[in-house]
Amino acid sequence: MTMKALLAAMAVVALASPAIAAEKVKIGFISTFSGPQGVLGRELMDGFSLALKNLGGKLGGAEVTVIQGDDQGKPDIGVQLAEKMVERDKVDVVTGINFSNVLLAVAKPVLDSKTFLLSINAGPSQLAGKDCNPYYFNVAHQNDNVPEAMGQFLTAKGVKTVYLLAPNYPAGKDMLGGFKRFFHGRVVGEVYTQFNQPDYAAELAQIRQAKPDAVFFFYPGGMGINFLKQYAQSGLKGQVPLYGPSFSLDQTILPAVGDAAVGTFSTAFWSETANNKANKKFVTDFEAAYGRIPSPYAATAYDGAYLLDAAIKAAGSTKNKDALRKALETVKFDSVRGKFSFNTNHNPIQDYHLYEVTKDSAGRLINSYRSEVFTEHKDAYSTTCTM
Amino acid sequence: MGIFLFAEQVLNGLQLGTMLFLMASGLTLVFGIMNLVNLAHGSFYMMGAYFAATLFKLTGSLVLAAAGAFVGVLVLGMALEIAILHSFYRRDHLDQVLATFGMILFFNELVRMVWGPQAYFLALPEALNGSVELIPGAPYPIYRLIIIVAGLTVALGLYLLISRSRIGMLIRAGASNRTMIEALGVNIRVLFTVVFGLGAALAGLAGTMAGPLLAVQVGMGDSVLITTLVVIVIGGIGSVRGAFLASLLVGLSDTFGRMLLPASLAEMTIYILMAVILYRRPQGLFPAHG
Repeated sequence: MTMKALLAAMAVVALASPAIAAEKVKIGFISTFSGPQGVLGRELMDGFSLALKNLGGKLGGAEVTVIQGDDQGKPDIGVQLAEKMVERDKVDVVTGINFSNVLLAVAKPVLDSKTFLLSINAGPSQLAGKDCNPYYFNVAHQNDNVPEAMGQFLTAKGVKTVYLLAPNYPAGKDMLGGFKRFFHGRVVGEVYTQFNQPDYAAELAQIRQAKPDAVFFFYPGGMGINFLKQYAQSGLKGQVPLYGPSFSLDQTILPAVGDAAVGTFSTAFWSETANNKANKKFVTDFEAAYGRIPSPYAATAYDGAYLLDAAIKAAGSTKNKDALRKALETVKFDSVRGKFSFNTNHNPIQDYHLYEVTKDSAGRLINSYRSEVFTEHKDAYSTTCTM
Repeated sequence: MGIFLFAEQVLNGLQLGTMLFLMASGLTLVFGIMNLVNLAHGSFYMMGAYFAATLFKLTGSLVLAAAGAFVGVLVLGMALEIAILHSFYRRDHLDQVLATFGMILFFNELVRMVWGPQAYFLALPEALNGSVELIPGAPYPIYRLIIIVAGLTVALGLYLLISRSRIGMLIRAGASNRTMIEALGVNIRVLFTVVFGLGAALAGLAGTMAGPLLAVQVGMGDSVLITTLVVIVIGGIGSVRGAFLASLLVGLSDTFGRMLLPASLAEMTIYILMAVILYRRPQGLFPAHG
């Protein structure tokens, strides 16, 4: 008797469910969850998950399944994961990738299968220019852009000589390339260090020798922590001012560095202090959920989920790929960066600002707004993109 | 290159070298005496850093934190040897690699669960945060000098222990002929546990000293392990003296390689050094087994 009642109840529930519930979205989320840079994957996943939670576990009204994969920061593992997700799991969108070298490797199998590839962090120049693709979208930034803003700022400030440092991998090259595009002073040193190099004593001695007016460094994650700590200990802090893209001075780094970072300037398209309604909600919700201040990784991941939500809603489904692509290109969503739109190469047009590391009322290090650098800035590669 | 910059880079190379020696001395002894390939040696380095950072946060004393971390990793190393690793001595190197690689994953995951994936903050006391002008125009961080001095002190202590003490004699005997000293009635089980624990504790000490310089984070031992393996191969497996010279050689050549060579070549400096030395001396600089 009870069994029958139960079955009947189940049938009623099944029939009563609206047709839209049958629609499902599968997201393949590949990121670095382990190793020294594992914190980046966590930031991206937490930002994405928070947005999903706010959206009731749905994107554009469709139930979401997220399939998670750990690329360990290695391109070959990223490719294996991507192939499995595309061929076996038949995901609609691949996203989450934080390292440009992983993204470049993953792009081919994903895009060849006409699966959407949405970058929520890495922005290699190749995919913005000659290798651009109708199925590739970057909701975060093109690697060159944030350093371009710093190059612009330091030129305007009248800085004559600068020393550049970055890890030896695609994003490192893009970042310093972007800086040099807008910096019109003299580059007295340009050093590419081994990826995940722990000790920078030799490089710091070289900087002291070169006596530049400024140092610009791109070291994300643990590399940034190492560099900032050692820079302060070497006594160079206070002698040569330090400038970086936000990725060298974000919330994955600042809590582990302490006062060594105070007074350092960065450029960014977003900061935890960005003053708009969507961002205030995001930062408050994020702190409530995870007990820490979000990083730009979490912010762009959060935006990525809202972008997908708005685009799937507009297209009605993920199955009509042309409609979804058109929706992604034009759809409006509440970005935590305020203004946001896509350029013709599916990379962002957005504003870039200058920030300074200061302390908030609770004594935590934060990036405080100082000035506007670029308004509605585009990357330099869109002209070489034909699709 | 000016003479002062050269001198500063020599100091940097020495500092890297002494850190490597702390790692390499334990690893080479364990490999030489127990014939055990221990990939988890980098995990002891990481645990040392985390123990010290946590104790420093609790007590506020760097000395207490360093001592606590040393004892903590010593106990951890001995426990691991007694519980798991001693049964691997007589097995294939491949089995040992698999087992100890598993331990790397275990410890990385353990640290992630206990301390979280976010790097852990370890500040230096103000007194150690400054720099002294040993070389004109190039103030050198006090803390890096302390590392050099501490590393050299440990090297000297280890030299005295191994060449002058009874336990050192047994260690040397064990390295050159294990079967014979067993036959002479030495309790080899206890000796192995002690040597393993000591090696682990030295790696822990290296991690402790690295803490204020580097990001204390999951997987921080993995990259240093590879360099350490290069050191013990160059030095000759089982030889502490070889490990000492090789550490300094690797430290200096890596530092000068980074300074003088283009990035992609600089990454290869120490491997090229290893290849050249192995070509001339296939057993390394000071092979322990005659």
